[in-house]
Amino acid sequence: MTYKKGLKDGIPIALGYLSVSFAFGVTAVDMGIPALIALLTSMTNLTSAGQLAGITVIAVFGTFLEVILTQVVINARYFLMSLTLSQKLDGKFKFLDRVLCAFGITDEIFAVAVHNKEPISKRYIWGLITLPYFGWATGTIFGALMGNVLPAIIVNALSIALFAMFIAIIIPGAMENKKILPVILISATLSCILYFVPLFDFISQGISYIICAVIASCLGALIFPIKEDSQDEQ
Amino acid sequence: MSNNLYMILMVLTMAGVTYIIRVIPMAFFHKKIKSTFIKSLLYYVPYAVLTAMTFPSVFFVTGNVYSAIIGTCVAFLGAVSKRSLVIVAILSVLSVLLFDLTAFIF
Repeated sequence: MTYKKGLKDGIPIALGYLSVSFAFGVTAVDMGIPALIALLTSMTNLTSAGQLAGITVIAVFGTFLEVILTQVVINARYFLMSLTLSQKLDGKFKFLDRVLCAFGITDEIFAVAVHNKEPISKRYIWGLITLPYFGWATGTIFGALMGNVLPAIIVNALSIALFAMFIAIIIPGAMENKKILPVILISATLSCILYFVPLFDFISQGISYIICAVIASCLGALIFPIKEDSQDEQ
Repeated sequence: MSNNLYMILMVLTMAGVTYIIRVIPMAFFHKKIKSTFIKSLLYYVPYAVLTAMTFPSVFFVTGNVYSAIIGTCVAFLGAVSKRSLVIVAILSVLSVLLFDLTAFIF
C-alpha cells in the first residue's frame, strides 16, 4: 500500500481521464466557455457528469440555485462512495487527511481504491489520486485548446476506455464472490429499464445510478448478507 | 457582474457543492460500522454503481452500437482472463478502433 502502488493503479484511470476530459474541453469551448475556465472547472470539480451538467447550465446563464441542484442530484452517489471508502481507511488517517483526500473521490478512483483487500493507507490514496488528477486537467486544456484536431473515430474509440475498466473491476469481483452476481444482474436490469422505458425519461442519469445502486445493494444485503469478519469478501 | 466573474463563481459553486457531498461521510463517519446489513450494503454498492453506470450506456458511447458491443465483449474476455485494468482498457479501445476503421474503409 505504498505511494508507488497508488501511482501505478492510477495509470489506467489517468489514461481514461485524458480522453474523457479531452471531450469535456472540446464541449466546453464549443458552448462558449473560455479554455481557462474549462480548466478551472476540471481542477476544482474533478467529476465528469457533474461538470458537463454544470457547464450546460452556465452556458445558458442559469442561476446559482439551478447549478447547486444539478450537482446535488448528479453527484449524490459520491456520498455513498465516500461512506464506503471511509470504512476502508487504515487507522493512520487524521481528520485533516480525511477531509483533504475526500476531494479525490471519483467513480474510478473509488472503484480502484475499494477493490483493494487491505485497508487503504494515506500514501496509497494520494498516489492513486495524483495521475488521474493531472490527467483530468491536462486532457481538459488540450481538448479546449486543440478542439477538433483528433479525428472523431479515435475520440469515439477512446470513450469506451473507462467502461472497459469498470467491466474489468466488476467481472473478477463476481468471479471471486458469487454473491455479487445477483446484485450486478439486478442493477443492470434496473438500469436498462430506467434507460429504455419512456415512462422513466424524467429520471436523470445521476438519479438513475442512485436508484439502481440502492435497490440492488439493499436486496443483496438482505438476501446475501456478508457475515461479520468472514472471508466472504476474499 | 462580468461574464467571466459569473462563470468563475458558478464553477466554484459547483466545486463547493460536489466537495461537501464527498467530505461529509469522510469527516464524520470514521468509526467502524458494526451492522451486518450496512456492511453488506457498502460491500455491494460499488459493484451496483459501476454496473448501473456501464449498462446500458457502454453500448452508446462509441457512436456505433456494433463497435461498442465488440469493445464490451473484448473487455469482458479480458476481465474473465484477469488482465490488469489498463490492459483491458487498451484492448477494448483498440478493438473498437479496428472495427470502426474497418467499417469506415469498406
